[in-house]
Amino acid sequence: MIEQIPTAQAPRRRWMAVLARAGAADIAAHLADCGTLPPHTIIRGPEDGLVMVRGRIGGGGGAFNLGEMTVTRCSVHLEGGTIGHAYVTGRDRRQAELAALADALMQLPSWNPIIETRVIAPLEQAQETARVARATKAATTQVQFFAMQTTRS
Amino acid sequence: MSGALTPGFADPVADAQSCFRAVLDAMAHPGRVYRLPSLIPPAPLCAAAAAVVLTLVDQDAPLSLDPALATAQSWITFHTGVSIVAASDADFVLARSLPDPTQLSNGADEAPEESATVILQVASLTSGARYQLAGPGLRTPSVLTVDGLPADFVARWAANHALFPRGVDLILCAGETLAALPRSVMIGAL
Repeated sequence: MIEQIPTAQAPRRRWMAVLARAGAADIAAHLADCGTLPPHTIIRGPEDGLVMVRGRIGGGGGAFNLGEMTVTRCSVHLEGGTIGHAYVTGRDRRQAELAALADALMQLPSWNPIIETRVIAPLEQAQETARVARATKAATTQVQFFAMQTTRS
Repeated sequence: MSGALTPGFADPVADAQSCFRAVLDAMAHPGRVYRLPSLIPPAPLCAAAAAVVLTLVDQDAPLSLDPALATAQSWITFHTGVSIVAASDADFVLARSLPDPTQLSNGADEAPEESATVILQVASLTSGARYQLAGPGLRTPSVLTVDGLPADFVARWAANHALFPRGVDLILCAGETLAALPRSVMIGAL
């Protein structure tokens, strides 16, 4: 089942996805460009656990348990009451904490543009570049079965 | 999500273990008062009740919440993932005034462990009305002092005790301390 994400949550979904894919060192390096960050307190975690990944084949098959995946989560609290959450794959607790902090800051109108331009956008750009590079590299090994296609038609 | 969320246990594993140990000892020694790891819960929840909830309640053990403690609901669900249900369906009942035990799950004679456990937040375990306790776990009758139980508590407890092996267990929490009254204990007024 594909869940419908309310449109109001779509921007947050985007930046949380970018943060979840970025490494701790990258997030820390970009956050360092943003000046003095407001202090935050951790309200949960960072703690790691397992989630069951479910999948289904094609669009019509029944869902099955694909396997368990390690996930680390963290929630932080800023002084004004803003709460940031992060769920990241793997066991990098530092990444989860930094991602939660960035998520909290992204919800503050005063910090949103700064974090967006100095953290989220560069990370997204780097992830996209890496994805394209990987796709390009993989594409060179792709075998096109022209002969079979031709025979069939 | 409200901005009232505060941290749970400082050390989730060790604090939950020591709290679990305290509840276990309290159940084995009815009326003995135990001190719990410190915790800063959202008002009006007291530290001991909050610690017991964090320790015992999870997504497989539904909780019923007293409307007087509704402001703590988001904190409890955030830290435990518990679902809040009606009192009759709950494994744990968190309350500030003693609920009617007949409205709670009393278990069955074949499965008495399915009964509800009431976590009752009271004003004090050092002052107030005095009760004499006797029964398993007590070599000689002991005295428990509680401020916050209803006037007809002894009669209500007798009805609960008469259901044995069915019946609810009671955990009394005040500040950072707790005492337990398992269903097996007999209570008389002093």
